[in-house]
Amino acid sequence: MDFSSIAFANSLILGLSIASIFFVAALGLTIIYGTAGVINMAHGEFIMLGAYTVYALQTFVGIPYFLCIPAAFFVVGAIGFAIEKSLIRYLYDRPLDTLLATWGVSLVLIQGTRLIFGSDPKYVQIPSFLSTNVEAGGLSLGAFRIFIILMALGLAAAVWFIFYRTDFGIKVRAVTQNREMAASFGINAGQVYSFTFALGAGLAGVAGALFGALNIVLPTMGAGYVVEAFLTVVTGGGALMGSAISSFAIGELQSIFALITNSTFAQFLIFVVIIVFLRFRPQGLISASGKRR
Amino acid sequence: MKLSRRNFLKNSAVASALAAPGIWIPQSRGAWGATLTKGEPIKVGVLFSLTGGLAVPEEDSTLVMQYAIDEINAAGGIAGSPIEPVIIDAKSDFSVYSEKARELILRDKVISIFGCYTSASRKAILPIVMQRDNLLFYPTCYEGAECTQNTVCTGPLANQHSKDLIPYMVENFGKKVFFVGSNYVWPKESNKNAKIWLKNAGGELLGEEYIPLGDSEFGPVLNKIREAQPDFIFSTVVGASDIAFHRQFKQAGFSAEDMPIASLTTGEIETKAMGAEFGAGHFLSAPYFQALENPTNEKFVDGFLSSPYGKNGATHYNMAETYNSAYVFKAAMEKAIENHGFDEVTSARVREACAGVKLGADVSPEGETWVDGDNFNTWLVPKIGRCKSDGSFEIVKQADEHVAPDPFSIYPDAGSCKSNGLVAPDGSVRVDVI
Repeated sequence: MDFSSIAFANSLILGLSIASIFFVAALGLTIIYGTAGVINMAHGEFIMLGAYTVYALQTFVGIPYFLCIPAAFFVVGAIGFAIEKSLIRYLYDRPLDTLLATWGVSLVLIQGTRLIFGSDPKYVQIPSFLSTNVEAGGLSLGAFRIFIILMALGLAAAVWFIFYRTDFGIKVRAVTQNREMAASFGINAGQVYSFTFALGAGLAGVAGALFGALNIVLPTMGAGYVVEAFLTVVTGGGALMGSAISSFAIGELQSIFALITNSTFAQFLIFVVIIVFLRFRPQGLISASGKRR
Repeated sequence: MKLSRRNFLKNSAVASALAAPGIWIPQSRGAWGATLTKGEPIKVGVLFSLTGGLAVPEEDSTLVMQYAIDEINAAGGIAGSPIEPVIIDAKSDFSVYSEKARELILRDKVISIFGCYTSASRKAILPIVMQRDNLLFYPTCYEGAECTQNTVCTGPLANQHSKDLIPYMVENFGKKVFFVGSNYVWPKESNKNAKIWLKNAGGELLGEEYIPLGDSEFGPVLNKIREAQPDFIFSTVVGASDIAFHRQFKQAGFSAEDMPIASLTTGEIETKAMGAEFGAGHFLSAPYFQALENPTNEKFVDGFLSSPYGKNGATHYNMAETYNSAYVFKAAMEKAIENHGFDEVTSARVREACAGVKLGADVSPEGETWVDGDNFNTWLVPKIGRCKSDGSFEIVKQADEHVAPDPFSIYPDAGSCKSNGLVAPDGSVRVDVI
């Protein structure tokens, strides 16, 4: 391979990594939006809570990083469950109010975190073998980025399994398609929503556990990721497959644009592409089936 | 004309419209100025963000300002009057900055404002400060290219900042350099200066990349760096992005030994935030480091960290510059009170008195500095520090003498900044250049 084709191949590989970050950020939002129809403005803060969970467990308890990731899932999932039980479930019939309520929740979570941990930045430690670079014939990618790609694949497979191969998944899909009909068949729709919301929050927690190592851990760190997540979900249409395809496309395009121009202009181009796309396909790539309440 | 209700209203409306300029617009800019009363506290505004994206490091600026004011008040205040800070949270929102600056001047009648970390917020409040002829102490580094009659700056200008850093890096690591910066005015102007120093040092610029402010994806930039293979990197990335940059730099397999990052912003607070292992081996140019060994700095570090304001656990260049601005204010106030009397002190007279104010090595933690009498920026000694494995810095080079601030160093055609305005080469004077 000549020089520029190596650079191009490297940017394709990097695009895969950016795509996996977008996908992991969007996964929890996809589930909550695609299933319950709740536009969760607090999604970025769930990601932030995941990062803080890892920070707290590492600093105060001394748990190794790999155990912190599932811990973040359960801690943030539990917080999501509590929020759903105490607030969101009263608002399912009022989509606009869930928007405001979850935004309020996000403010509470930011300030609460600031009160507990302070507003100075924290960081997440990762094992040193993840802080290396893997190279092969001129191609290279950081080990941690490879780890995120693997995590993205793993999470996608797990979510697919839950939704399409378990009883819970059948109930979720039934409730998504027609809540009243599902309820008349004895499915506890409220409970299904609660666990779905908790699952989405937990996945955001995992995302936070990963991003905390890549970035800075701050009470306001969620704001950046929630934009990525919404872009992915809206472009994808709310379905799992849609999010996977749209994050792949966005990641690759951003990487290639950044190679040809620069990072700032690449971001601008991405927004333009998405706006033009949504002009012609406002429902997104693969719109979630079934009727909305 | 019969005096009817309607006519009366019409006539009085016309009359008041005609009279309005005389009533509402004072004859001089100083007519809004705060006045001091003997025995009453001296009010100053402290306008930084305590929340939002700029809270790091602006929260530290607020804390160190409170510490400095407490210290001054404990030592008897200014001519017997204590300083009373009016602390505002600007919420990292530029419209809040300008709104609150107006409130501070008109409602709280502060004699000066200490505030802002970014050039964007400074430019947001300067029109208001200039309109009311108040005074802004801007306590951090910036790009220059401004000449107002209402600011005093205690941090390094672009021409002071990288002057020693670039030649030092070229000499020790090689000629080839890659510029990375955040995408806004300060990095771009700083890089214009850096290019001049680079040319003088015989260096070669391989590439220049800017990242959106606050963005955390450095993959594409790191790929370009890998391809260009520079000898070192010159960074003007700020804030949260800077921390992400250093972390991803190491995670992408680069090492500080082979390709160090020479930064203008990565100080003690950033290395603490990213984890010291990610900062170790990289370089910073600043007039102040926590590790400076002098009695004033030791007193400052110990005093601050053990005070209620020292909760974040570090001191850094931005804090030292903010701390110094409080003492410049104190010295200027005392001079203005001596010259004009306590009741006659205005913001403009404080500004005037700032000219040439010298902070001795017994006051300034970074060593002796003084305010330039022409452009009201600060003469200081830039130092280069290398981050150690514990996140603190060791000083590897210190300029032999003070470097003069020159806000228009890269725009010689614009003229030079004097106390009465920007004097162009043809002799014409422009005021309020921002």
